[in-house]
Amino acid sequence: MTPRALRRLPLNTAATLVFVLAVFPVYWMVLTAFRPTRDIQSETPRFLPGAVTLEHFRNAVAADGFWTFWRNSLLVTAGCVLLALLVALAAAFAVARLRWRGRRGFLLMVFLAQVAPWEALLIPMYVIARDADLLDRLATLSLIYFMITLPFTVVTLRSFLAGVPAELEEAAQVDGCTRAGAFRRVTLPLLAPGLLATSLFGFITAWNEFAFANMLIIKNQDDRTLPVWLSSFSNVFGTDWGATMAASTLFALPVLVLFLVLQGRVSAGMTGGAVKG
Amino acid sequence: MRRRHGPDLRPYLLIAPTVVGGALLLGYPLVRNLLISFQEYGMGELIRGGAGFVGFRNYRTVLADPEFWEVVRRTFWWTLVNVTLIMVIGTLVALMMQRLGRRMRILVTSGLVLAWASPVIATTTVFQWLFASRLGVVNWVLVRLGFESFEGYSWLADGPAAFTVLVLLVVWQSVPFAAITLHSALLTVPAELYESARLDGADGRRIFRSVTLPLLRPVFGLVLCLEVIWVFRCFAQIWAVTKGGPGEATTTLPVYAYRVAQSLHRYDLGAAVSTLTVLLLVAVLIAYFRQLLRQEAER
Repeated sequence: MTPRALRRLPLNTAATLVFVLAVFPVYWMVLTAFRPTRDIQSETPRFLPGAVTLEHFRNAVAADGFWTFWRNSLLVTAGCVLLALLVALAAAFAVARLRWRGRRGFLLMVFLAQVAPWEALLIPMYVIARDADLLDRLATLSLIYFMITLPFTVVTLRSFLAGVPAELEEAAQVDGCTRAGAFRRVTLPLLAPGLLATSLFGFITAWNEFAFANMLIIKNQDDRTLPVWLSSFSNVFGTDWGATMAASTLFALPVLVLFLVLQGRVSAGMTGGAVKG
Repeated sequence: MRRRHGPDLRPYLLIAPTVVGGALLLGYPLVRNLLISFQEYGMGELIRGGAGFVGFRNYRTVLADPEFWEVVRRTFWWTLVNVTLIMVIGTLVALMMQRLGRRMRILVTSGLVLAWASPVIATTTVFQWLFASRLGVVNWVLVRLGFESFEGYSWLADGPAAFTVLVLLVVWQSVPFAAITLHSALLTVPAELYESARLDGADGRRIFRSVTLPLLRPVFGLVLCLEVIWVFRCFAQIWAVTKGGPGEATTTLPVYAYRVAQSLHRYDLGAAVSTLTVLLLVAVLIAYFRQLLRQEAER
């Protein structure tokens, strides 16, 4: 070993330890999900992959209502993300491109709304939803998640919009586009990284949300979302850890895949948007 | 480019959906929470309506309850333990990443991002498997290390042990954000500053105190604030793992408010606890900012 490598040894050992500690729970989840039951039941755990089975995934997918909950989560999430994008895009355009009275006040409110104490709103939300006959409805969850993600979406899209020079739109207007047409044909395509970043954020927030889903979907168990279902895994799978981990893996998968796929593009877009035209 | 005279209405039309959404889905619930906390609002009022105002009675009831103060003390302890661990470990990991070679740094970063991206409820479930009394890896490792008493130990049946599991879970979920943010802040410190400090004969600790720390302070403060807010308001993890138990051992303020409202059907008391929770958090943050401003003034 060279002296340099020797000198770096404590540092690299610490780095390896951090890496192992960070990754181990996720690794263990996936490993357990693919491991035959008799290996899971063995008294001495084996830390390296061995025999592989898909049995637990079959059990998880066959569990009562799994696909219903998956569909519910997807519907709630898609509704929240689309609504937030549309509404936020309009507001971000008004803030970034137009001059009007009350603009600063509006921005201040949006910034404040980013730190809204959502946990403290569980009880009034329940009471309001009950009065308005909105309990046990997926649309209610979509609306709440929409509002949770909206402030961040407005703020982020605004800074992305500011990165697209207004001159580009004006040039398109000179060439005969309407203002809306110029926005749609010129600015919107340039805004793609911002739209990706904000929808990723909205997706993760809505897909993971637990407290409101747990509070507002009570009687109609078929309308539950995945996080609530997964949190009651012991009622569903008992101590079948293989199936529980398979269900966790299936729940985590879309987020992890999205994160990996979008991360490169989003960070490229972030830096791209940061350069003022 | 205004087409007609008079005030331009387009910006207001564009922000209208945001304003309406905010008013209905955020403003109204906030006001309603305040109203309920000043009303008598139990099961009967929820079904029949017609809740009457009772002034500060709910607040008096909550504040006179020794259990509430026990929960407040526990919440502060919970926040202090978690945030201290997150900030210390996050800073150490960030400093370590700064000194790593390229390949090791990418490895650590990707590990942290993986932990960060994992859905909260999924990892919460995984931690219950890691700490399972039978076949759980943690018990196996501890027994192997010579702690025989952890053979078949049931973590979630004992108050302090359940508290420890939740702390480890929240710290594991929160360190990646702190470490990655602090590391990217460290990257903005120009290398020349370290260079000149070293030329002036400063040792590692002195450089950290005089160069790194002052430059890191704003980002450090921001991360600290965010972590305090997140940990203080943490609900999903606690509810999913212990529901505030065993007994009351892991009941923090958000869990307490939920329990009072849902199990006892005392929505009025729950709303009062929620309001007090927000006020306490704001008080903590204001105290912190005042401290910060005073420090800045003295410098």
